[in-house]
Amino acid sequence: MSSRDDRAKEALRWIAPAGRSIDAVNAIVAAPLLERQRWSWRTWWIAFAVSLALTGAMAISIAWLLIEGIGIFGNNTTVVWGFPIANYVWWIGIGNAGTLISAMLLLLRQHWRASINRFAEAMTLFAAAIAGIFPILHLGRPLYFYWLAPYPNTMALWPQWRSALIWDFWAISSYILFSLLFWYIGLVPDLATLRDRAKGTMARTLFGIFALGWRGSARHWHTLHIYHMTMACLGVPLVVSLHSVVGLDFAASLMPGWAETIFPPYFVVGAMYSGFTMVIVLAAAVRWGLRMQALITIEHFEVMAKMLLAASTIMTLSYCTEWFTAWYGGEGAERRLVVYAFTGDYRVLYWLMLVFNCVIAQAFWFPAARRSIAAVVTIGILINVGMWLERMTIVLNTLSHGYAVSMWRTYAPTLWDFLLLFGSLGFFALLFLIFCRALPVVSMHETRRLLSAEAQP
Amino acid sequence: MSALLVAEFHEAGALTTAARAATSAGLPLADAFSPFPIEGMAELLGETSTRLRIWMFVGGIAVAALAYATEVWSAVYNYPIDSGGRPEHSWPAFLLFPFAVGIFGAALTGFIGLLVKCGLPRLHHPLFEINGFERVTQDRFMLALHAPPADADKRSAVDWLKQAGADNVWELEW
Repeated sequence: MSSRDDRAKEALRWIAPAGRSIDAVNAIVAAPLLERQRWSWRTWWIAFAVSLALTGAMAISIAWLLIEGIGIFGNNTTVVWGFPIANYVWWIGIGNAGTLISAMLLLLRQHWRASINRFAEAMTLFAAAIAGIFPILHLGRPLYFYWLAPYPNTMALWPQWRSALIWDFWAISSYILFSLLFWYIGLVPDLATLRDRAKGTMARTLFGIFALGWRGSARHWHTLHIYHMTMACLGVPLVVSLHSVVGLDFAASLMPGWAETIFPPYFVVGAMYSGFTMVIVLAAAVRWGLRMQALITIEHFEVMAKMLLAASTIMTLSYCTEWFTAWYGGEGAERRLVVYAFTGDYRVLYWLMLVFNCVIAQAFWFPAARRSIAAVVTIGILINVGMWLERMTIVLNTLSHGYAVSMWRTYAPTLWDFLLLFGSLGFFALLFLIFCRALPVVSMHETRRLLSAEAQP
Repeated sequence: MSALLVAEFHEAGALTTAARAATSAGLPLADAFSPFPIEGMAELLGETSTRLRIWMFVGGIAVAALAYATEVWSAVYNYPIDSGGRPEHSWPAFLLFPFAVGIFGAALTGFIGLLVKCGLPRLHHPLFEINGFERVTQDRFMLALHAPPADADKRSAVDWLKQAGADNVWELEW
């Protein structure tokens, strides 16, 4: 009984009065999909046009890349990675967070996840798919990327299984497919609700097909629950392994500043950090744009701000560990690299990164900052910029300042680098905008369950 | 040919109470329908199987084993490459690929298993003929009993359900 009382209290905490009935939840979540005429959608169309234009920029830069080759980027023979790999690590970090947050909060019985897990998982899918494009574009000969897969071929060759690039390929593709299943199975009961609420034949048919004929049977709920929990148990190690593999892309090398055992866990926390900030930005957008104030409350922002504070502290500790091991290890190149990071060619980026990632999140010690959506969103965006700078400085500092002094060179991005970066952001926004108008952004059945604690004896 | 008596309730609590009472009264429960999972309902229906997890485990291990076998066969037997004297069978480096695809294998097995176990997709079901069944995915609750074959028993079961607080009772045959 006590767990039920706790849940009833939870429901009151996480759902504002306007959403505290089962029918209100259904109506609030379904309204943008089934009662489109209630909205003007003007802001949506403006955002859609902007993101479509940026997507066009991405398409053009990809096309130009395929025609001209990676010489159009700022990469040179020393700094061979540059923007594409930093963007890849940044996007995959954001792509990590949705499933990590959703699965971990499910296992920890954090019922407030019901308001954010759906769009966080959608974010994961889009971001991970975008991330997957970058290493392929960076291959130099992108049309041969399928050589990563083991298939019988006329050259009688197989992939090099010891290569971190191969691990990446499998980790990302498994992760995207896994996340798709995790997301879809949670959607099925909601699609059934929409099928049964829809007035138009078209909407009813489409929602009906994807709802697979779900009818809310207790036997089905039982099986779904088992599947969902097991998926969450599998999802957490998969997510952790995914970004650990990305960390190994660096750590399995022999470069100063990269070959560190802390990289895998430090990358995982960094992924959660930047991913959570993206969830916060999207939560604010969804809350305002789709009028979800009753379901996504200040309480949600406050608790997510606390998560950012915790992650910021861990990140700071990781940076300190890097500096400490460079000094304590006694390797000259490692020590020189740390000095170079603070005082060298990219020092502005490095200092900005430290300010954004370590300092500004400390504002969340104050409840007033945690409970102001404007503050949480602003800090969140800055942290996400900081996390992008972190990936840039990891790539640039080490490659510009390796063991061979004769090879030291700096890096300067080109217009195409920026077009591809901002284009990919536009493409992400485009996918998310379409998602908002096609599918329920908040999980109705999980919110109903949270509310039901009040109604049940 | 199945015959069901389907009773509609306003609240989850009423549904659970009626289901418990029906079990004690010896009326055989067929299923219950609700917009969210109700604690204890699956147990009342005798649905406690967690075999799906075993299938997921088997599926995951099978896919992981296949992946590992591919690595060993290709790198040790089919096309061995001596790369700086590293062992051809580099098992620590070989673990990541089986791990990642194994987890996906378990997820896919579970998804297929879930569909098979639930009999989905089944876009149309005779229950959808009930007027108002569309509410069970929104805010109503329904309890389905196996209808007794004799008419008199059936009538008393219907009365019993109404006594238990059902708003409506339908008889469904297919």
